[in-house]
Amino acid sequence: MARTLITMPKTAKRGELIEIRTLIAHPMETGYRHADDGSVQPRNLIRRLTCRYFDGRDDVEVFSAELFPAIAANPYVSFFTVATASGSLRFSWQGDNGFAQTESVELTVT
Amino acid sequence: MKATIVAVLLASIALAHAAEPDPRRSGYEFMTPQVQAMQRDDAANPAMLAVQDGAALWDRAAGASSKSCASCHGAAATSMRGVAARYPVFDAAQQRPLDLRQRINACRVNHQQATSFATESADQLAIESFVALQSRGLVVAAPSDPKLQPAIERGARLFTQRMGQLDFSCAQCHDGHAGQRLAGSTIPQAHPTGYPLYRLEWQGMGSLQRRLRSCMAGVRAEPFAYGAPELVELELYLAQRAAGMRIDAPAVRP
Amino acid sequence: MTTRRQVLTTTAGLAGAIWLRPASASAEELAAAIAAFAAGAPVRAGRVTLDVAPLVENGNVVPITVTVQSPMSAADHVKAIAIFNERNPQRDVAVFGLGPRAGRATVSTRIRLATSQQLVAVAKMNDGSCWTHTVDVIVTLAACVES
Repeated sequence: MARTLITMPKTAKRGELIEIRTLIAHPMETGYRHADDGSVQPRNLIRRLTCRYFDGRDDVEVFSAELFPAIAANPYVSFFTVATASGSLRFSWQGDNGFAQTESVELTVT
Repeated sequence: MKATIVAVLLASIALAHAAEPDPRRSGYEFMTPQVQAMQRDDAANPAMLAVQDGAALWDRAAGASSKSCASCHGAAATSMRGVAARYPVFDAAQQRPLDLRQRINACRVNHQQATSFATESADQLAIESFVALQSRGLVVAAPSDPKLQPAIERGARLFTQRMGQLDFSCAQCHDGHAGQRLAGSTIPQAHPTGYPLYRLEWQGMGSLQRRLRSCMAGVRAEPFAYGAPELVELELYLAQRAAGMRIDAPAVRP
Repeated sequence: MTTRRQVLTTTAGLAGAIWLRPASASAEELAAAIAAFAAGAPVRAGRVTLDVAPLVENGNVVPITVTVQSPMSAADHVKAIAIFNERNPQRDVAVFGLGPRAGRATVSTRIRLATSQQLVAVAKMNDGSCWTHTVDVIVTLAACVES
């Protein structure tokens, strides 16, 4: 389990725009680097981040990011979403070597 | 002669304080606005990932003792407040200066009956980041224990000693040319207020000792080994030189 | 470890950024990557702002923000934002999927830049139209590179 840091408001008004900032600990090894002995350090990347908004009725993907080796280590991705109803936002990271992690954050919308 | 050098250096710092605004600048001030923003925002600072790991380690039982740091020290926000600000200290048991890392590992071995963290390991840096965070916003304390004086003087001499194939001393760049550019990068004044920190060059966390070692490699000198007395002496001198500056650990630096 | 080749490549890269923009394989690949993302639609300059420091401290971690002017309504919104580079080993950097639920077409991330080069952000709207912003970024070597 990689360390993650998700920062977003706990509460919002209906229709309000909220900013979501995500950080995850991951080397994002490009597959282009060589060790001192000349061998290639194997590629090991997070390939995809998705954010699904589940409000008890709908379960909608509100944001996605396809990531490539040019994304820096410990990927930081921030974006916006509209607070529609109370529920949970589910963040899923998927990557090489079967990397899969999901974090869920509650949002109360009044 | 050597004591005179240190006395003159310290007196000139004191004179600078008395006569005019503090000319000392944190490495933070030499960064672009984008990287400053990365440090300022705890939601965006990659060092906060290590801090979270450190917070978890603080509460985790370790070694034959089955004690965690919290078992003796309670809440870190209280017990560790100001601690990173006053290290290195003179350790009575070991009769030598210890930096924070050595102090943490002494606790691990003596009080938790656990092994030291591996040098520069993720866990080592995590617990150091977590402890250093508890001093963020406080100022670096001037090492006041008279037993530290010989070590500070040795650190001052190391700082002004030419080293390596390039034959540079720390002072030549960081006292003499701070603010000017070297190969596209701005030379900072080399204050340790942000350590341990996330360095963009490393794409990860690192200690002040790692940075000192990489500076030595930069002037093509054989770096002192991790934990060497020379590195602790340099850390002591840098703390003295930065006394009164605000701590911004865990920082971000290029 | 800094090699002589890295120093020469960066110097050449700096020279290229300032004085000339030669036709090169990577420039063609960049055009091809943008065209593939645009899927036949013309790509016009405007509406997109790619915010990145003109001179970055370290190519390992470069903060960027892309903002697209759009009401983000059901009828008129940004569907995707793609970021491409000119001189990394491969052209792709990221592709972000948005939609009306986003509310605002602003995304931020941190990227790697191997050398001084062009960076391009392309926004694709729900009607298929594409808008773009290109920035020249200068990347210098760190002064004291760890061996």
